[in-house]
Amino acid sequence: MPFQSTVGDYQTVATLETFGFLPPMTQEEIYDQIAYIIAQGWSPVIEHVHPTGSMQSYWSYWKLPFFGEKDLNLIVSELEACHRAYPDHHVRIIGYDAYTQSQGTAFVVFQGH
Amino acid sequence: MSKKYDAGVKEYRDTYWTPEYVPLDTDLLACFKCTGQEGVPREEVAAAVAAESSTGTWSTVWSELLTDLEFYKGRCYRIEDVPGDPEAFYAFIAYPLDLFEEGSITNVLTSLVGNVFGFKALRHLRLEDIRFPIAFIKTCGGPPNGIVVERDRLNKYGRPLLGCTIKPKLGLSGKNYGRVVYECLRGGLDLTKDDENINSQPFQRWRERFEFVAEAVKLAQQETGEVKGHYLNCTANTPEELYERAEFAKELDMPIIMHDYITGGFTANTGLANWCRKNGMLLHIHRAMHAVIDRHPKHGIHFRVLAKCLRLSGGDQLHTGTVVGKLEGDRQTTLGYIDNLRESFVPEDRSRGNFFDQDWGSMPGVFAVASGGIHVWHMPALLAIFGDDSCLQFGGGTHGHPWGSAAGAAANRVALEACVKARNAGREIEKESRDILMEAAKHSPELAIALETWKEIKFEFDTVDKLDVQG
Repeated sequence: MPFQSTVGDYQTVATLETFGFLPPMTQEEIYDQIAYIIAQGWSPVIEHVHPTGSMQSYWSYWKLPFFGEKDLNLIVSELEACHRAYPDHHVRIIGYDAYTQSQGTAFVVFQGH
Repeated sequence: MSKKYDAGVKEYRDTYWTPEYVPLDTDLLACFKCTGQEGVPREEVAAAVAAESSTGTWSTVWSELLTDLEFYKGRCYRIEDVPGDPEAFYAFIAYPLDLFEEGSITNVLTSLVGNVFGFKALRHLRLEDIRFPIAFIKTCGGPPNGIVVERDRLNKYGRPLLGCTIKPKLGLSGKNYGRVVYECLRGGLDLTKDDENINSQPFQRWRERFEFVAEAVKLAQQETGEVKGHYLNCTANTPEELYERAEFAKELDMPIIMHDYITGGFTANTGLANWCRKNGMLLHIHRAMHAVIDRHPKHGIHFRVLAKCLRLSGGDQLHTGTVVGKLEGDRQTTLGYIDNLRESFVPEDRSRGNFFDQDWGSMPGVFAVASGGIHVWHMPALLAIFGDDSCLQFGGGTHGHPWGSAAGAAANRVALEACVKARNAGREIEKESRDILMEAAKHSPELAIALETWKEIKFEFDTVDKLDVQG
């Protein structure tokens, strides 16, 4: 009788922190997450970096943090513009909380190669 | 005005029961749940507690006339019924700030929960809560780093930290132990933890563990591209040994160490927290022995007091129970003390067991750690209860996965992220927990198997220590 194992082989994956273990989000799902950032009163920030630098504390800002910006469509178009300008870079969105001086959330929207 | 010496025994209440007293902002306030011996009036019991935990002794003594005891004495200023308990009552006591050494939690506890707990006129005594005045808080070091700094160091935002304790908790060699750490971290956990009773036993001396764990952490970090850590337990037999272990963890470039603050003691803990602040090291705090002190509803110290004391003594993460797992703790009470770990101001709220307004000023916050008997099915409830500023630790729920610890870690990470994503998108994660997890499992065979493995496991026992409410 051939040996059959029910045990799977878990392969290590390189991930980019929060939401790194979920499948890529649809556009609508990304909208929901940005709407959450805005609803929390956080400022959207867009950052990008070449994949070789993904573990650095500092990624490059896209323009400046969008302090107080509440327009979801504007943030989405800025994310796309950043991706067009740096197609091989990771692009992430941050919900910046000035009260705690921390990131309320942060996740990668476009993965560079 | 000078007084005359009048030798003899006075009733405590003549001196220490002062219902007209209005507490000062600088007073340290305490609420005790008292159960007196039969026939002893409440005021006398309450005054005795105030006296024995501050300046008083059983007899009048001549030497008290050398000072102004009116300035130094503790005072019972209010007595309240305990809802649903005819024999116990709450005594509220105000202590002048100058009774305590600056920054010394050891000193506060030696006064407040010292001899008075063995006092014969009492059957039971429980310290329910302390209001630390901001003037005292500003003399304490507090968390060496705090939540904001810890997030920046570990690069984790927008979600709870995910961890687990290495199992079996005793008996692995250093090299085998490091293997389990590596498996967990490469599978998607942020942090792993030494069990509290791993110190430096014959089967695995601490230096051996530290070296193999450091290799595992660095390797997992390299392969996953994410920041990883392991709480290296530095708890030791002597302070000298404690610092030697901490120094070696720093030499290995590890981000976080661990201490058991009750068995180790507040003096050791405060010293180690100061070391961590100086050396840029995060500090995880375990709470072995707490249930001996805090579980009996009428005697001992409530955990909310022990939690406040830890925030002042220093720690960046503290175990708080899980509400849903295998260990004691009801939801409202737990929410009450995790507020006191994390917020800068916590209002009085009896429905959460908080007896006083508590102003923490600029003291950094402490991550609440939920650990013990939890698995993937609990994830939505844990996220709803503990929020993002927490560390969720699944021991059996990671290593017990049929494919091993790496797959178990991945299952937990997928479940956690699916719940965070759903919450952010406005879904009711506790109500819709089943749908959220099953949807996520479609993309993760590791999660699908975990859900199948633990589908029947529940810990439904009633809580022993409940909030005092009219039944």
